[in-house]
Amino acid sequence: MPYDTTYSGAQPPAGAPILALNGIEKVFPGVKALDGVNLSLYPGQVTALVGENGAGKSTIVKILTGIYQPDGGQILLNGAPIAFPTAQHAAAAGVTAIHQETVLFDELTVAENIFLGHAPRTRLGLLDWRAMRRDAQAILTSIGADIDPGVKLAELGIASKHLVAISRALSIDARVVVMDEPTAALSHKEIHELYELVEKLKAQGKAILFISHKFDEIFRIADRYTVFRDGQFVAEGRIDEVSEGDLVQMMVGRSVDQVFPQRTPTLGEEILTVAGYAHPTEFEDINFTLRRGEILGFYGLVGAGRSEFMQSLIGITRPSKGAVKIEGHVRIIRSPAEAIREGIVYVPEDRGKQGAITAMPIFQNVTLPSLAHTSRNGFLQLAEEFDLAREYTQRLDLRAASLDTPVGSLSGGNQQKVVIAKWLATKPRVIILDEPTKGIDIGSKAAVHEFMAELAAEGLAVIMVSSELPEILGMSDRVIVMREGRIVAEVSGDEMTPQTLVRHAAGIGQEDAA
Amino acid sequence: MIPFRLTREVLLAFALLVLLVLVATRFPGFVAPSNLAAVFNDTSALIILALGQFIVILTRCIDLSVAANLALTGMVCALLNTVAPDLPIVFTLGLALALGATLGAVNGFFVWKLDIPPIVVTLGTMVIFRGIIFLISDGQWVNAHEMSPRFTAFPRYEILGIPMLSWCAVLVIALVYVLVTRTSLGRSFFAVGGNPHAAVYTGIDVGRTQFLAFVISGTLAGLAGYLWVSRYAVAYVDIAGGFELDVVAACVIGGAAISGGAGSVFGIVLGALFLGVIKNALPVVDISPFWQLAISGSAIIIAVALNARSGRAKGRIILRKAEHAHEPV
Repeated sequence: MPYDTTYSGAQPPAGAPILALNGIEKVFPGVKALDGVNLSLYPGQVTALVGENGAGKSTIVKILTGIYQPDGGQILLNGAPIAFPTAQHAAAAGVTAIHQETVLFDELTVAENIFLGHAPRTRLGLLDWRAMRRDAQAILTSIGADIDPGVKLAELGIASKHLVAISRALSIDARVVVMDEPTAALSHKEIHELYELVEKLKAQGKAILFISHKFDEIFRIADRYTVFRDGQFVAEGRIDEVSEGDLVQMMVGRSVDQVFPQRTPTLGEEILTVAGYAHPTEFEDINFTLRRGEILGFYGLVGAGRSEFMQSLIGITRPSKGAVKIEGHVRIIRSPAEAIREGIVYVPEDRGKQGAITAMPIFQNVTLPSLAHTSRNGFLQLAEEFDLAREYTQRLDLRAASLDTPVGSLSGGNQQKVVIAKWLATKPRVIILDEPTKGIDIGSKAAVHEFMAELAAEGLAVIMVSSELPEILGMSDRVIVMREGRIVAEVSGDEMTPQTLVRHAAGIGQEDAA
Repeated sequence: MIPFRLTREVLLAFALLVLLVLVATRFPGFVAPSNLAAVFNDTSALIILALGQFIVILTRCIDLSVAANLALTGMVCALLNTVAPDLPIVFTLGLALALGATLGAVNGFFVWKLDIPPIVVTLGTMVIFRGIIFLISDGQWVNAHEMSPRFTAFPRYEILGIPMLSWCAVLVIALVYVLVTRTSLGRSFFAVGGNPHAAVYTGIDVGRTQFLAFVISGTLAGLAGYLWVSRYAVAYVDIAGGFELDVVAACVIGGAAISGGAGSVFGIVLGALFLGVIKNALPVVDISPFWQLAISGSAIIIAVALNARSGRAKGRIILRKAEHAHEPV
């Protein structure tokens, strides 16, 4: 792999790093999240951290900000070893993060948000409101934000909240500012204002770690890049020495150690056609067809509108336009109950929150979406319920003392089985799996993949929403790529390469891709 | 594994038994079957309201307007009786159920369609219902002599030596038990309170389910309204004032999780009986009303503490298992 040498070959940057992480390791039970990664941040420079989902970007941010403790490696602040046992220690050392969902308080004023926890005091130890307002105003002005420090945060838009978060970072004299996908929720204009702000912070000598999936902005504002892949350090260097193609190659060029089930898909008749689905804010112009026995992958960056579309397809939210044809009949799906009746089921990504009802016994969880079939005139047929629950829990090889056991007392893996059994028990035609292997270890992933292959072989149509490239490539017969709420590509066969998918998902110059 | 709910009920039944034994040592007559039947009869209204409240609490809501609903429905029944004294009781009962259901539907509508927090909605309607009683009654009382014998006889009518009021409670217990454990609507109540997000995905309309819970609670409050007014043979603005707190207390003591999705009919009945026994027993063993309140209050706190502790213990087990759950799915 040629890029592994990039690190040693890179030109030494001007000056020494203000903060350097060397050989950082982080192990979670069963998973090595970080395996000896390096990251260096230089004053007055923007370092872009790039990598796929699961590369370890969030983990390193959490180590940087004192939320996680590394299991190995060294953190150097201005060349001296330092540890961040708590978030306060990291803040005291001048490291501050602006998160994807900014953590601020809606009901407090802008000035209070900026100074919460380190507000100026009067001699009596009371809050010095005048100083707080004055200083807040000064900081806001310094970053060119036209915000009244006296208004409540709730009255501001997302972009302004970001500015407040940044002001807060500056108020604690930050030397290192971590921006984790700061533009994900911003409009075009707001993004440009953010870029200007980043320039201002650079000019003030702050070291900035910029995490983004968007290549255009990385090349626009970053001075340096660092690439992680699967928890390992791949390369770092100056951004003007690499091309987009180089970065993509570094991100995806993996040794394929994951084995996917061998399938010879036998595609049946068309079972689902989606025509012109649109939503006022989340997605538009979604068209595709799905056949029996097919696994259709939906790839895209987080926020590309995939889950939002799926939720609309099953009637959780209403599309503003569009129609579905199920086995040749045009149908309108207005509620999840109707989707279940039509045989379309959705296994949500957040299985903890949206999946099992933990206080309920296993059998009641399994039969919940099928109650229409296991009840007569509104009265439950407990014997039928038990039979149905037994059939599907056995099929998923769920071992539990009794079907009366509350789901909350099962292990995480078994809870997942209950959730999947619940949906299969409805005897669906189409099953939508949203990030089916997110957050589970390699062994469990393989079992889920086997199972998906089995379902497809039985003639079920499977839609798999996934942000993990190997999974998308290894499992799908066909892949639809979404970006910013639209389908930007539909690829199959030999076209299904990591490079193609990443390029489409990130929206890298089309002429470049052609 | 024994579900905690069961041990909680056993514990409660045991506490009730201890309470009865303690009272019996001071005043043996209290545990005579006829007196226990009288205590049950006296607790009937509480049981009926608590079972309605239980369903609402199951769906992660709360209904603070039950006592006001009871008072308003009772007043309307009493006023109707003054103008049509010979109306068959079945009509009065029908009116009480329908009016109670309507008042419950008002609560449910605000929660479902306008998405207002249940505590706010029912706090508002609680005051509004009392205000309506004042308007329709002009602040006057409807007294025993204004009520027809037929009207006041119903709750006292005995079958097998047990008054109709008690039979009503028994019937409600049976109906709510069947509803909660044997119907798909009952299952939805648990699902909605247990995990509203998950319930939506399984095709349950959360708002509609909560609406129906309020309608049921209102219907039972309406029934209790007629029974209350006819039993005590008086109707005025403030009857059952503050009784909603006893109702919620009975649910909490009976093991209903205030966060929804857990509890049992048996537990709620025991919770109501526990309060009923305290209320009836303490005066006869000559304990001051202050202690009654203190004991009721302590029972609530102990019950909630038990709930909280069981919840925490469960949470820890799940966490521990989830952290080490890396066997293949």
